[in-house]
Amino acid sequence: MSGEHADTGLGYTASELLGVMAARRLYDGASVFAGVGLPLLAAVMARKSHAPRLMIVVEGGVFDPEMLTGRLPISTNEMRIAHRATMLTSITDTFLYAQRGFLDVGFIGGAQVDRFGNVNSSVIGPYDRPKVRLPGSGGANDIISLCRDVMIVTMHEARRFVPRVDFVTSPGFVQGGESRKEAGLHFGKVSQVITNLGLLGFDEQERTMRLEAVHPGVTPQQVQDATGFELEIPSDVPTTAPPTAGELTLLRSLDPDRRYLG
Amino acid sequence: MSKLVPLPDAITRFVPDGASVALGTSLESVIPFAAGHEMVRQNRRDLELVGPISDILFDQLIGAGCVRRVVAAWVGNVSAGLGHNYRRAAEQGVPRAIDVEEHSNLSIGLGLLAGALGVPYLPTRTLLGSDLVSRNPRLEPLEPGLLRVGAIEPDVTILHVQRADDAGHAHAWGNLGVTKEAGLAAESVILTSEEIVPTDVILSDPNRVPLPPHRVRAVCHVPGGAHPSPVQGHYGRDHVAYAAYHRATRDQAGFDAWLREGVLDVPDRAGYLDKVGERWPALRPLVRCPAAPVDYA
Repeated sequence: MSGEHADTGLGYTASELLGVMAARRLYDGASVFAGVGLPLLAAVMARKSHAPRLMIVVEGGVFDPEMLTGRLPISTNEMRIAHRATMLTSITDTFLYAQRGFLDVGFIGGAQVDRFGNVNSSVIGPYDRPKVRLPGSGGANDIISLCRDVMIVTMHEARRFVPRVDFVTSPGFVQGGESRKEAGLHFGKVSQVITNLGLLGFDEQERTMRLEAVHPGVTPQQVQDATGFELEIPSDVPTTAPPTAGELTLLRSLDPDRRYLG
Repeated sequence: MSKLVPLPDAITRFVPDGASVALGTSLESVIPFAAGHEMVRQNRRDLELVGPISDILFDQLIGAGCVRRVVAAWVGNVSAGLGHNYRRAAEQGVPRAIDVEEHSNLSIGLGLLAGALGVPYLPTRTLLGSDLVSRNPRLEPLEPGLLRVGAIEPDVTILHVQRADDAGHAHAWGNLGVTKEAGLAAESVILTSEEIVPTDVILSDPNRVPLPPHRVRAVCHVPGGAHPSPVQGHYGRDHVAYAAYHRATRDQAGFDAWLREGVLDVPDRAGYLDKVGERWPALRPLVRCPAAPVDYA
């Protein structure tokens, strides 16, 4: 995610903006599957502010670990992540819990995202002779397949927002329209794409990506310019409220060494 | 009968060339790095590696030329990024081409669970509509809305645990990942253990035992055997080692030098930990967090 640590010129970095915007999407009483990194930071931030009863599930099979300020884990299986967890189970159990329909929100990232919200974290180029072999799904496919509402959190760059991903590691709306349901995914959806430039969603019928809000100081044209396909852009695009001093203070206090925030 | 053997003997006996080996079953913790390094020293070839997220152990074995096939959900360096050796092998066939059976964390877990349950497959609702299905021979549409994940049955599963006795009774706690599934699905299980304890210690808490002791063929006493991955109650994750590995292995020559110094020229785990130096004792927990005792009366 090149540039994520760069200051936006507005008193916060792109990664801080992503963290605040992701945290705002979480609501009290929800269950969230949060991978280590910005998603976990956002989830802990939400729990320490507007969503005290947010249940955080971490990939290794950890339910509601006690996250000490400044001591968030780098890896999902660090010793500290088991500290005062409400349950410590296996990864298979965690995803079966999601398959049962018990997880409300999931976060994923990826190297490529396309206009239907499909995500590629497997290969750039042909599968059998890739230009870049990426690590793979990990739990990303399971999150996008099995959580009720999935948010893609990523930097906004034309090379990342492509018309068609080279490989569908994690299906969003597949080929648009009803094709996600036709593929057998009856549960869950990609509800939001959170980027450093704005918030994007999907047309209810076509399931193509559309711009829903821009962040302060960003124009819809700038978002389009950083997107490798034509976005649906309404005539009146709202601007998100900028991160408040309180939000930034809380976020930064959780990551004083800037392991996630850069 | 004692199953306690030196690690090199266990690898020689139970991990032949061409074996399918499950490793790193707890994802990013208790990864049996010492066992993997011993496979490199014994110049194993044509292995099939099975594991959800192996952090850098799979990358090391691939770079050392030990691997013909990988069955995994994620291969790379969790805290530093892409796996340079995995990239070289998949992109350029260096040091050799590898076959990748790509899973999600749930599908590899279900494949191992099917193996553990003695059934040919398990159904799931994950992975539908993805390109993984057409590329992975173990995944097939079963009926609308359900995918079939074929059983995965490794020849041998290698587990690192906190404590074991010499008969193969073990205690494991913390993140277990797919440890139980992989242990039951495999033909043989090798344990590497931080401590060897009297049997009575294990029998005092039988709920803590991850799999029937008769599945265990060998027990190896390997303190520090999971470094740089963490072991609950024993040591934390050595983030510095992962970052250093990432920097050192950007090109093949760099990896070869790393392998020589970190694995090939190191006689055993004690020698390895000496090389970790000052960082090793610093990874010990600063405070103890014992669980409340349970009463089996």
